[in-house]
Order: sequence, then structure tokens, then C-alpha cells
Amino acid sequence: MFPFDYIRPAGVAEAVAAHGQGGEPRYLAGGQSLLGAMKLRLAAPSVLIDIARLPALRGIRRDGAVLVVGAAATHAEMAEGAGIAALAALSGSIGDRQVRHMGTLGGSLAHNDPAGDHAAGVLGLGASIRTDRRVIAADAFFLGMFETALAPGEMIVEVAYPLPRRAGYAKIRNPASGYAVAGVFVAETAAGIRVAVTGAGACVFRLPEFEAALSREFSPAALAGLTVAEDDLNRDLHASAAYRAHLIGVLAGRAVAAS
Amino acid sequence: MIATGNRPGKPIDHSRDAHHLKEIGSGYGGYMRISLQVNGRQVDAEIEPRLLLVTPLREHLGLTGSHVGCDTGQCGACTVHLDGRAVKSCLVLAAQADGRSVLTIEGVADGATLHPVQQAFRDRHALQCGFCTPGMVMTALDLVAHLDRPDEEAIRDGLSGNLCRCTGYRPIIDAVADGIRARMGDGG
Repeated sequence: MFPFDYIRPAGVAEAVAAHGQGGEPRYLAGGQSLLGAMKLRLAAPSVLIDIARLPALRGIRRDGAVLVVGAAATHAEMAEGAGIAALAALSGSIGDRQVRHMGTLGGSLAHNDPAGDHAAGVLGLGASIRTDRRVIAADAFFLGMFETALAPGEMIVEVAYPLPRRAGYAKIRNPASGYAVAGVFVAETAAGIRVAVTGAGACVFRLPEFEAALSREFSPAALAGLTVAEDDLNRDLHASAAYRAHLIGVLAGRAVAAS
Repeated sequence: MIATGNRPGKPIDHSRDAHHLKEIGSGYGGYMRISLQVNGRQVDAEIEPRLLLVTPLREHLGLTGSHVGCDTGQCGACTVHLDGRAVKSCLVLAAQADGRSVLTIEGVADGATLHPVQQAFRDRHALQCGFCTPGMVMTALDLVAHLDRPDEEAIRDGLSGNLCRCTGYRPIIDAVADGIRARMGDGG
């Protein structure tokens, strides 16, 4: 890694102020993606601002019909105590045990890897993302590959998930890397049915036709005959776009069955 | 606020690249002081922020049991405990361990007496070349402490961040199950 400076601020305002002081700053949460990228010199920040211990970003709490998860909650903490079974299962399926002990919800969302699991949970449940300056709806947050609605220096503080009536997540992992070749999160909340797909496109996306079908009848059989256009899907040495399109249909059915 | 000497915008001195770990009192800007517990012992050091946790463990403290196998966070040979939970020390900055407690394989046995999980690895012959073993044992200790029963699927999933390229996983899984049973008090 190239040399960099390291700051561990005491509060959110101090961290955001440090980010605004020039250079190429990056927030550091668990570092499980960022440090790897820095080793490969895909990222070379001039200063890392370590926000993993900020009290405002810690903790998981129930607030009425909403589950509020601090951005620095680790995948392991969410797997052990998320309060939404499908979200706990999703969190426990990320990476491996050691990665889950360091990696965080906020880091995963800000990174927005095309195969990120948390993106599927956030979009599938229609969660809202509270930052240091505003609240961003899940539908407006994920913009593209590694691209989000976060402004420079904007920090995710916590995520509010509406408690679903039922929800499920199913994915196919690449056996070597563990990343989702495709993953589908299905949820029924007070706002209706949502279906979110990760791993298959530039970033997480919804399937309106699947949502409409499941609104009529919430069962895997209701998805029979539905197809996904493969035009915008990822194609790489692991899976063709056509295969991913097929997987989405299969995984949506499994996610419904798991709900 | 914890911070290194260089502020954003100030040029970083690349001339130190070859020697990036110094004892306290080096006086370099860009170094930071960290203080942590390693195997129960207080350690204070002045480090470059880019130092990965595994580096001071091996090169400064001589704890060479934590192996750098892949250096890309995939093989798990560098696994140590940070505040009681298994992490990959090649994917954690030493700065992130500041103020925290680290346990390496060297701190597991009680003198000449192996920890029950180490003993289970020995009894099951859960190693061949031994390179992955320290990391395997550290992850196994985490599993033994946190799994509520010796469920094979959970053990396999729990070990998925540790790669072994010679003996295979069967005896390792058996050793972890032995460890869980021993913790539960119904023997190995």
C-alpha cells in the first residue's frame, strides 16, 4: 500500500470535517473491501478516517415498526441479532466468518459492489438510509457499479428497515470467491411486495413484474412463466447473462419459499 | 482525536518505505502511536498507518505463528483474535487494533499444556504440513466458543475462510466438533 495518514475522530461532525480538508480522503469502516483494493492499488487514499468506533454508528435497535441498524454494525452482529430473520440470514451469508467480524453494513452500502448482499436487503425491504445530512430512500441510493447517491464526504449513520410481514433471501455463490453470482431478496412490508436482485447487474435492481405477480399470489408458482431480460445483466467467465437471467427466476422462487 | 502527524495536503515521505516500523520515540511525522494487548501483554509501538496488523506481530514481536499465506484475505493463515473474535490480520490495519486486545496462536497454550482445541487437532491429526494450522486453530477457537452444538454444516461454514491445501478438511472438522463437545462438557 502507498503511505497514507490515519485519523480516528471522536464524532460524526469531526469525521465529516476531516473529510473536507482536501487530499483524497476515504472513510474506513471494517476495511474488508477497501484495504484489499488499496493493496492492489485500485484505491490510494491520502488519509483514512476510521469511523468504525463512532458511537452514533453503533448498535441495533427496534423503533416501533422499524429496525434501526447503525452503519458500523458488523455483518456478524447483524447475523446474531438483526431482528429480521431474512436480514440476519443474509448477513450471516456474507464473505466468511473473519470478514463478517470486521465488515460493516455502512461500508458495504457505500462501496456498492455489484454483488453486495446488503444492497439486496436494503432495496428489497425498502429501507431508508440516514446520513450525516439527510435521509435517502433505498430506491434513490444505488445508482450504478460502485456508485451511490452519497455526496463527497457524506457519511451513512444508520439504516432504518421496516419490519416485514415476511421476507426471504436466496443466492448462488461463486464457489471460489463466495460472491453472489445472483441473489434475490423478496419482502412483503406494509408498503407492498418488493423483489430486489443483486450480483446480476451493475448494481442492485427491482423486478416490477415479479412484484406484481407476487402481489396477486405470494407463492413460487405465481412466478411461473416470468422471464428477465438479459440485455443489461452481467456476463463474465463465471456466468453468462442468459444463465444469470435464469438464476434470477429460480432464486426468486426460493426466496419466496424461504419467506 | 487520534491522528498521524501528516495532515491531508502535506506531502508524504516515501523515503521511509523500506523501514516502516520503529520503536517509540522515532519522532517521524506520519507515524502514530498505538497501544494494544497482545497475548495479555501490553504493547506500545510507533507505526506507519499503512502497517497491517500481521506485520508488527511477526516482525516486531516475533510472533511468527500467524502466517501470511495469500496476503489477499482469502486463505485465513493469518487469523488472530481481535477482542475475542477471529479476523484476518492481513486485512486489518495495526491502527485498527489500537486500544484493543489481540490473541495469536502463541497465546493459546498454557505453558507446555496444549489448549483442548489444540489437543483435538493433535489427536485427530488435523494437519499435515502445518502452514494453515495456526489460522485454523484460531478460527476453531472462535467456533468452539460461539457454536452451541457440533453441527457439521455450521463448522464447515465457519471454516470457509481458512484454506488447507494438503490434509483435507475432514479431520479438522472432527477436531472442531471435539472442541465443541469438550466445551459442552460431554467429553471429546
